[in-house]
Amino acid sequence: MQHPTGALRPVAPIGAGNSTSRAVHGTDPGVESAVARLRVMAPPSLLPRTLIAAGLADAYASVDSPVGPVFIAWNTRGISMVSLADDAGRFEEQFGREIGRPLHRVEALPPRLARVVGRRLAGDRPAPVPVDLRGRSPFEEAVLRKALEIPAGEVRPYGWIAAEIGSPKAVRAVGTALGHNPIPLLIPCHRVVRSDGHIGQYSMGGPEVKRRVLTAEGLDLDRLETLARHGIRYIGSDTTKIFCMPTCRLARRIMAKHQVEFTSLPDTRRAGYRPCRACRPAAAAA
Amino acid sequence: MDETLTQRLAANLDGSFEDLVRESQDRLYSLALRYVGSASDAEELAQDAFVRAYRALERYEPQRIRDLDLRPWLTTILLNACRNHLARPARRAAAATVVVDEFVIIAGDAGHGPEAHVERREAAERWAHLVGSLPPLYRAAVLLRHLDGMSYEEMTAVLGRPQGTLKAQVHRGVALLRAAFEAEERGRTTSTQAPAPADRAGPSDRPSSPTASLEAL
Repeated sequence: MQHPTGALRPVAPIGAGNSTSRAVHGTDPGVESAVARLRVMAPPSLLPRTLIAAGLADAYASVDSPVGPVFIAWNTRGISMVSLADDAGRFEEQFGREIGRPLHRVEALPPRLARVVGRRLAGDRPAPVPVDLRGRSPFEEAVLRKALEIPAGEVRPYGWIAAEIGSPKAVRAVGTALGHNPIPLLIPCHRVVRSDGHIGQYSMGGPEVKRRVLTAEGLDLDRLETLARHGIRYIGSDTTKIFCMPTCRLARRIMAKHQVEFTSLPDTRRAGYRPCRACRPAAAAA
Repeated sequence: MDETLTQRLAANLDGSFEDLVRESQDRLYSLALRYVGSASDAEELAQDAFVRAYRALERYEPQRIRDLDLRPWLTTILLNACRNHLARPARRAAAATVVVDEFVIIAGDAGHGPEAHVERREAAERWAHLVGSLPPLYRAAVLLRHLDGMSYEEMTAVLGRPQGTLKAQVHRGVALLRAAFEAEERGRTTSTQAPAPADRAGPSDRPSSPTASLEAL
């Protein structure tokens, strides 16, 4: 192997101060140690950024919401926690207790996530928001994912969720799973109410906050409660012979003179009505 | 060391992946930095490589993880990321520009005090620039061998070239660096004006980089 610089005098490497014997057997310690000295330490941000990107650590930031500023934690798999914690310290404590992964505070949500979260909080179209529900039982995850399907401005009874996920008897367990929703507001557990018209409990600040969020989403709570007081569970249309949950967006389109009220499923069947495909009211019978 | 780490990764990936990052981050970051030249790109590439590794490990059977040779495996993932990065048209122009700022130099213990520190930094800047202007084929071989200290056997696993070829490429790369360094030295001693280093010229002036004229040799 020929050397392009074979005729040149050896040059001492920079910085090391030791003298170099030149490439006799195809090595050049001066150059080699100069290259070896190009090793550097990784910047401190590499580890947290990598763990966040791999979904092994989460980032969090404070975000405005209809109930005031909330803390939102996320990783590449999706949103992992939403909380009304008073301050960052308490949020970190809560996250450590309930999720336990390393957590790093950052300035703001990444732009794409911020858009989806903003749209979801504003109650626009049901923006598909990625959620990370690792650590939840399969049942809890099924309950929470089902709640994600309820559109803004509508509510469903606990029994509806239970039936939809194939455990029609587990109404109480549905309530418990929703009560432990790690991602309130974004997973709209507030849109699940009691079938008797009471809006039920809310983990994120109690029933008053639940009312406020539902009203902000455009739900007519007074009407819902009036209907419930009269035992009315379903609204049908005498032109289409289809019946819906009272808050279904399709039910709201039925003109007053065509509205038919039902108090039970057998009544709808006797009247020859079929369930709406959007809100699937038959599931709520449980 | 790798043996126990692969065992831990196989048994509990999520619990031990951080150890893998801690153990390899300086190595992968240094390689990326010296291969592509930009600190922010290097951090992104190292992060990207680790995440790819994690996603792969998630899919692997425990036995496959235990059998992994982590060093060459991770390095292969990183170099692929670096090559793809440089292949993107928008990045190619910037590739020759070597950014050297406040890096903590690990190797090199010659002298203490601020002057020695400045000298070391200047030397690192100079050599980083020389390495950055090597043709990619030689750059990868030289960096793996002399920055990372890999064996030729490991390098074969990473670069997919026979050991003989790699030895020749490392040798050639080192010779190119030597020649470029000496050419610069001559420029410094024979004229009061130092030759314009390529990193101060525009990216379009890439052919004037120190080793470019030697590629034909």
